[in-house]
Amino acid sequence: MAQLKNIFATRWGIIGVGAFIGTIAALLQKLGNPGNMGICVACFERDIAGAIGIHRAAVVQYMRPEIIGFVLGSLVAAYIFKEFRPRTGSAPIVRFVLGVFAMIGSLVFLGCPWRALLRFAAGDGNAIFALLGLISGIWIGTLFLKGGYNLGRVQKTYTSAGWLLPLTMLGFLLLMLIFPHIEGQGKSGILFYSLKGPGAMHAPLIISLAVGLAIGFAAQRSRFCTMGAFRDLILFRQTHLFLGLLMVVIFAFITNLIVGQFHPGFARQPVAHTMQIWNFGGMVLSGLAFALAGGCPGRQLFLAGEGDGDAAIFVFGMIVGAGFAHNFGLASSPNGVGPHGIAAVVIGLIVCLFIGFTMRKRVN
Amino acid sequence: MSIIVDAGGLSCPQPVLMTLDKIKEIQKGEILIKVDTDTSKENVSRAAQSQGWEIADVQEDEGGYQLTIKKN
Repeated sequence: MAQLKNIFATRWGIIGVGAFIGTIAALLQKLGNPGNMGICVACFERDIAGAIGIHRAAVVQYMRPEIIGFVLGSLVAAYIFKEFRPRTGSAPIVRFVLGVFAMIGSLVFLGCPWRALLRFAAGDGNAIFALLGLISGIWIGTLFLKGGYNLGRVQKTYTSAGWLLPLTMLGFLLLMLIFPHIEGQGKSGILFYSLKGPGAMHAPLIISLAVGLAIGFAAQRSRFCTMGAFRDLILFRQTHLFLGLLMVVIFAFITNLIVGQFHPGFARQPVAHTMQIWNFGGMVLSGLAFALAGGCPGRQLFLAGEGDGDAAIFVFGMIVGAGFAHNFGLASSPNGVGPHGIAAVVIGLIVCLFIGFTMRKRVN
Repeated sequence: MSIIVDAGGLSCPQPVLMTLDKIKEIQKGEILIKVDTDTSKENVSRAAQSQGWEIADVQEDEGGYQLTIKKN
């Protein structure tokens, strides 16, 4: 096992995982997921928030099995390789708030970093502004990190505490099986479903779940993280995680070309708008929030799967943030930013700067 | 006696930042770094090696790992 243990964490390991994610994400779109949204952690958590009625935006309600799979796949990997370490207590409230604003920023752009890469790989030029925003946000985050910003040490906790998010995900899966979508119905039992829009577009449940589990497993082993990719590049000139990110783009691009999903341009891209300042600004906010919280939304799910309770709280923050985003008109739509989206980005940046400036302490 | 960097309980990039700070400070010698996750262990090892330091020893204990890195 010890030999096997490091394969994913090697250079070829991260390259392989990136290639796998890029390919499979583009294929998930082919299999029914929304346009350039084969995988989008932020959008899918937003859909989950809609499925359980935290917001009632009718077009984005679906219990995405990919997210459930991410957490459970990571949990399985962590147990097999003895890396399940239940831990928590590193400023959980701050992580919740960062999760909320990370989601709001992502919904102003309309995508998490994963989707920004997938949109770019499908020819959506608007994603270029988002990626520049993401890099800028992470860069600001690295300045805080260099200045001593940190959220303090975690503590070991009960195994059952580490299980809470995985159990929540199992519960979501059970709900989905108990209350499956009924054709033409917007509600099944206690779950909401979309009849049109992105929430109505999805690959078959079993495929989504299997892919989620596989990615969760591989990403836990390889530590794949889109924020970490840029952060390590900026902070340490280290290209390890960046190679994984690059592979996502390259392989999604190739797959998109093969299956006819590459459509270069800016206007009328699927689930996208062309207000570039806010494509950029939304992702500055998200990038900064991810950097301050130590991981992109995907990575937070994988960390939660290996017992990190603070990452789990970030995830809950994102789900609640999706509720705020849709209930208060902060989320964008293909028509452009929501009525209060710009205000939310500004407030979010102020909150993140407040966190970054005030939470620094030499730990040694 | 090696210099100790206690990064236990801290998540990345903190352990790496702390290790690199110490490497910069002492230039050569031996540093013992405490981390609590495999991810931190891998990241610290990768960072130390990129600075020309070698991983002399890795001990696993209940709280995580103790890495000893060396440069002569």
